[in-house]
Amino acid sequence: MNRTKPIEGELLELKEEIEVYARDYGLDFYPVIFEMCDYDTVNILAALGGFPNRYPHWRFGMDYDQMYKGYAYGLQKIYEMVVNTNPCYAYLLSVNNIVDQKIVMAHVYGHADFFKNNAWFRSTNKNMMDLMANHGTKIRRYMDLYGQNKVEDFIDKVLSIDNLLDIDALFYNRVVSSKKEENIEHSFSDDSDLSISLKSFMKSKERDELKKEAKTAHKSADIKRVESKNLPTKDIMLFLLENAPLEDWESDVIGILREEAYYYLPQRLTKIMNEGWASYWHSTIMTQKAAKPADIVHFADHHAGVMAMSKQRLNPYKIGIELFRDIEFRWDTGRFGYEYNNCEDMNVRENWDTKAMLGRKKIFEVRQSHNDISFIDEFFTQEFCERMQIFTYKYNPRTGRNEIASRDFQAIKQKLLNQLTNFGSPMIEVISSNDNNRGELLLRHIYMGVGLDLGYATETMRNLYYLWKRPINLLTIDENHEVKYHFDGKELKQVEGRPLPNPQGNLAGNA
Amino acid sequence: MGHPIKRDHSRFRKIIKGKIRDNLRKYISKGEMPLPKGDGVYKIPMPSIDTPRFRFGDKEQGGTGQGEGQVGDPLGQGEDQPGEGEAGEGEGKKELEIDLTLEELASILGEELELPNIEPKGKKTIQSETDRYTSIGLVGPDSLKHFKRTYKEALKRQIMTGHYNPENPIIIPVRGDYRYRSAKSHVEFENAAVVIYMMDVSGSMGDEQKEIVRTESFWINLWLKSQYKDIEIRYIIHDATAKEVDEYTFFRTRESGGTLISSAFKLCRDIIKADYNKDEWNIYPFHFSDGDNWSTDDTKQCLEILDNEIIPASNVFCYGQVESRYGSGQFFKDLKAKYGEKSDDVILSQIKNKDAILDSIKDFLGKGK
Repeated sequence: MNRTKPIEGELLELKEEIEVYARDYGLDFYPVIFEMCDYDTVNILAALGGFPNRYPHWRFGMDYDQMYKGYAYGLQKIYEMVVNTNPCYAYLLSVNNIVDQKIVMAHVYGHADFFKNNAWFRSTNKNMMDLMANHGTKIRRYMDLYGQNKVEDFIDKVLSIDNLLDIDALFYNRVVSSKKEENIEHSFSDDSDLSISLKSFMKSKERDELKKEAKTAHKSADIKRVESKNLPTKDIMLFLLENAPLEDWESDVIGILREEAYYYLPQRLTKIMNEGWASYWHSTIMTQKAAKPADIVHFADHHAGVMAMSKQRLNPYKIGIELFRDIEFRWDTGRFGYEYNNCEDMNVRENWDTKAMLGRKKIFEVRQSHNDISFIDEFFTQEFCERMQIFTYKYNPRTGRNEIASRDFQAIKQKLLNQLTNFGSPMIEVISSNDNNRGELLLRHIYMGVGLDLGYATETMRNLYYLWKRPINLLTIDENHEVKYHFDGKELKQVEGRPLPNPQGNLAGNA
Repeated sequence: MGHPIKRDHSRFRKIIKGKIRDNLRKYISKGEMPLPKGDGVYKIPMPSIDTPRFRFGDKEQGGTGQGEGQVGDPLGQGEDQPGEGEAGEGEGKKELEIDLTLEELASILGEELELPNIEPKGKKTIQSETDRYTSIGLVGPDSLKHFKRTYKEALKRQIMTGHYNPENPIIIPVRGDYRYRSAKSHVEFENAAVVIYMMDVSGSMGDEQKEIVRTESFWINLWLKSQYKDIEIRYIIHDATAKEVDEYTFFRTRESGGTLISSAFKLCRDIIKADYNKDEWNIYPFHFSDGDNWSTDDTKQCLEILDNEIIPASNVFCYGQVESRYGSGQFFKDLKAKYGEKSDDVILSQIKNKDAILDSIKDFLGKGK
């Protein structure tokens, strides 16, 4: 049964119309294929991260359950979904009215342009549709061979570390270069376009032949008391893939999950920019070209709904679009550079206008080279912060409420940047693979002012232990103490702890 | 239909059910109860089963927001959970709501406690009608159209009338060829059951004790409901006198004064006599108290009523003694002395605290009576 169908008739005409507008504005994108589907299908696709065919896992079922209920109870509605592939697939919800569809299409062209041009997406595989389906086939085959429970359990364990990624890996050629593989590496060229997991699959085929010798060698080595190469590393999945005592199929599963994690990474790194950029363009295209007079009220209502801010959370759509508009305005009026920055006359500053008209050009540059962190760091100005009435809040244990903590610009900016660093996850790196000279794994939490949740850390280390098969140690900072935790497979114990030299312990920003 | 995610979904449901089973003890002893949603579906709140990952602790976190207000102003709207403000990633704490049918819930309970199915006694007297689609009719809605039969009829007709061409075997059914699945009503006889809860509401039974009774009776009801298609539940409260009440009153009344257990037993006996023929009904009297009775004379009277009238009429008589600070627990000893621990007709169970509820349920239902 086909769940989605191509758009036709009026919508197809609309699409062609909007595509022309988008190109006229200078947006540059791979072909976009719009498909129409009902809400159940949208929920399915959303639960599967945009891809109709993926490996089987209960987590997708859980997400689907929640989406389904959210929609059924009227709590949430997905308007649009767009997938970073070439061609770019976008899904429209069949129950939306025509104005909504227009907005969505304009929005999608914004995303499509961003996917193609932003530097952080440079290395994502544009054939992900096929690749995800291949991953599904491979994992299903492993399930047939080793049992669904076994493979699914293993996936559960690996998912536990799928946020331990190295952002820099998006830019260097991430080739598997472990000792295990070196002897078979030569058999196919490394610089080919083959996906990592395809390579790992081919390798595992070849490995099968080498298996016998390898296996005997493997089993006899009780504890590997060798320091691994390339340490420290933040790419913990790759590290385990290369160094942990894993079965071939297990390595392959890690390779698959790692590849998918890296595929989604750029989207997590550019949430604000991506949504801001798409919102900027749906708003521009709609208000200047596509909307008919009768559409305006509905458009305004819809747009306002998407842009709504809350006191609890910054809306990436809103922050993004406002920043892009602010940048455009500043570069149109020449409010940048040495002279403007050092101008202390408030009146002159307020009315500064060199008629530079560089705004459009600037925002296209920005969308090309920045990610959320550099975007905020460079363009989040004091004027902007005050205009947007942004504050930081903190939980007050005395009153049991979240309270506004500060309206100080520096504090807010620091907080924002901290939240965005490492896409909101703690930064963890492997320092040693032979800690205590007993083959234990030593991790370090790169502390930036916020400690770890120990409950979660324990469970994560339990899964790591399963993969590494030796105790896991973790260095972190907890309540102004440098501490070392030891996980022996059963429980987490603090083995060392000493107060920080600087009692404030505020290392924020200098990690 | 048929999308592979449905398999992921049923996989998820299976895992969830396993989780509920693993946590059943905790769940029951916390006194949390599934909320009925109607249609025999129960809603169970449980924390989202998320994958453990390294993440930031809550206490130091906070976040950024937008709006009016001075430093120190609360953000309001009752959203007072800390740490819900991660930018970039919206991984707030989600709570899952799981919908389970009565059967699913009961089977979880049954599996966890290894409960045997109940072998009902008595004749099957309750009539219930079910429709089974076992025959074929000439009329019906399109949704029940029987394609194979229709095709056969059309084929037969075309052969008979000479319209069938083996070279070009196109079969076109006409009105008269259509066949539909049609239903036949079956009358089935079901076992009928009644549960009669009696509870001591005298001063010595505190709120905690009542909570225990409430939780326990919920799960007992659930199990019995899954075993009998039709079940009636009656409630009796007593101190020195007994009266029949509705469910709401049963769990919320607090009386003071003395305790005459016989008063409840008498009323129970009268109810059975009046409404439930013991040959037709499976009767389950449950009595909960803290074990205090006013006098030994009254206890003697109780035992008499039990022996002569209640026990012969019922499947099994269950007595649950909830420990309280004031109760002496004497009644349990009296019953035990009379019937022993392993009587077939009487099940005794002591419930020390909330943690013991599950074991007590097993005591009562574990015999399959």
